[in-house]
Amino acid sequence: MNMNTSARARTAPTRPNLTAYAFLAPVAILVVLFFIIPALLVIYISMTDLATANFTSDVGQMTFIGLKNYETLFSDPYARKIFFNTVFYVLVTLSLFNVGGALVVALLTAHINRRAGFFFRALWLLPRLMTSTVYILMWERMVADPPYGILNQLFGVAGYGTVAFNTNHIWTFVILVNGIIGISFGMIIFTSAIESISKDIMNASLVDGSTAMQRIRYVILPLMRWPLLFVLSYQTLSLLTSYEEILLFTNGGPGVYQTEVWALTAFHRALSNYFGNAQWGYGSAFAVVLVIVGIVLAILYLRIFRFRELVSEPKIENL
Amino acid sequence: MQVDIQNLTKKFGDVTAVADVSLDIRDGEFVAFLGPSGCGKTTTLLMLAGIYKPTDGTITFGERIVNLVPPRERNIGMVFQSYALYPHMTVFGNIAYPLKLKNVSRADQQERVKRVADVMGIGELLDRKPAQLSGGQQQRVALGRALVKEPDILLFDEPLSNLDARLRLTMRAEIKALQKRLGITSVYVTHDQVEALTMADRIAVMNKGRLEAYATPEDLYDHPRTTFIANFVGNPPINMVDVELAQENGQVVARCAAFTVPLDSERVRKAVAHGRKLTMGIRAEDITLGDDAALTGEVYAVEPLGREDMLDVRIGAESFFALATPQQRMRAGDRIGLHIDAERLQFFDPATGKSVLWE
Repeated sequence: MNMNTSARARTAPTRPNLTAYAFLAPVAILVVLFFIIPALLVIYISMTDLATANFTSDVGQMTFIGLKNYETLFSDPYARKIFFNTVFYVLVTLSLFNVGGALVVALLTAHINRRAGFFFRALWLLPRLMTSTVYILMWERMVADPPYGILNQLFGVAGYGTVAFNTNHIWTFVILVNGIIGISFGMIIFTSAIESISKDIMNASLVDGSTAMQRIRYVILPLMRWPLLFVLSYQTLSLLTSYEEILLFTNGGPGVYQTEVWALTAFHRALSNYFGNAQWGYGSAFAVVLVIVGIVLAILYLRIFRFRELVSEPKIENL
Repeated sequence: MQVDIQNLTKKFGDVTAVADVSLDIRDGEFVAFLGPSGCGKTTTLLMLAGIYKPTDGTITFGERIVNLVPPRERNIGMVFQSYALYPHMTVFGNIAYPLKLKNVSRADQQERVKRVADVMGIGELLDRKPAQLSGGQQQRVALGRALVKEPDILLFDEPLSNLDARLRLTMRAEIKALQKRLGITSVYVTHDQVEALTMADRIAVMNKGRLEAYATPEDLYDHPRTTFIANFVGNPPINMVDVELAQENGQVVARCAAFTVPLDSERVRKAVAHGRKLTMGIRAEDITLGDDAALTGEVYAVEPLGREDMLDVRIGAESFFALATPQQRMRAGDRIGLHIDAERLQFFDPATGKSVLWE
């Protein structure tokens, strides 16, 4: 009897595991092929001197140079500037728009008439639906430096002086351009989280004597911990790696790297070097640093929000 | 706190959920709102709570018209069917929440929560989260939360519907005893007539948004004003037969396709005076089984309930609920005689559904 069970314990797991692996295989193959292998390739390329300038008759020649690209990166004075640009850009866009703004829009539209709420949320979706080139063109026309720019024209009509928005306030607009798109994601998640709080709990809170602000603080926000964590971490990572709008809007300028962010640098170095020298190796080093920062942040978020506690404990049935 | 409801109406767009309801609730009274789902009882309760605003009519608490007073200024406690505990707060946090909102000092919160928790028998559970409690414990916490701010009015929205049958019985008695002891005016919404009959001082029966009746449980059971009330109150449901009353050999007989039976009582004479075609109601307990009876039927089904057996007796196309003792050993297929207690019959006008006996 004892022998039997222990023998089964040793052999039984293999069979179901095989089935489980078979079910996992289709996705696992895709992940390995399109995620893990490219990641490993990027890590490898980041340790080579692969660049058009180093090409000889053998196009595509690369030499393994260890961590030399990383040495260059960490001693690059501009890398420091770009790093702080990125931190500033991510923090401000995230807190004012992708999380903060989304939360405000979701809370406001949940507290007004249902149809009106739906209408306003639909409005906020428009920037995300629009082709980014068209969206950016509109912003460019809007905030162009004097004597151009729709805003400046309006200022002129209203009798105010003109402002060199593009030259002097470019960060404001880089953040606005990204934030206004970024709101919709969190807004949708937060709205559905608010609406999934049971009607009885909202009513209980009303009867218990809460004002709207007290209800938000003591009931709604605590019940939204998981969606908040999700949007915060997801949007941090996507802001860290997004550069499309900045590329189209300022391409990192004006001036020297004024609005250049880390992901854009990786792109510039590897694929779009001004001098026609595509430094794939060096660009990959930038990308790898970004991946590491992203992983560290993700782990931090899970720790701070005590993910384990979100899993509820079993019920005790008595009485 | 006495409550007065006058011509209360609530419309959602084109749908009228509550229509022209008027009733008064005395200080310390326990009133049940009874009706099938969708009858408007919960809507009425939510208007009392201040969560819905009345479309028309007035609600008065004491001397004050509260139609537009927000819930937090009404000093009410409410208990929900789903318990509606805050899942992220401990039991202590849940009960203390109404006090926290009123900026009661920490020490006072501690003391008052402890006191209420002891009354509710949940003193040892204060550190638990709602998910770690059983349904009965959760409902006690919810009741504690409703009581902690010493409300003028307690509102119950089917609080026992999610509990198992045995626990429901205990909680029913506890809530009733607590309400009597504290003397808090209470409104209790339920679709369970047993809850309403056992707990309430008066029952407001609602149907399709209207108030069908507002009376004591005894009055409701003995003097149903409409067929709806007669049908809704009582278990097993009252037996209804459309009959024609006629004089035969100086005696009143009730006649329908299935049978003819002589009846004689004050109620029957009163009914005859009103009209001939009537709906006759007979409660199961007013039918006695015996051998020599004017009516005979066939037992179609027997449901043993322990203390008694419920019989479904067929006479022609008509079906009657009757009660038998288990000792009578009734079996499906048995033929039995039925004595009807003519003094306990109900008669309704088939066109309007109104009682011809009681106004």
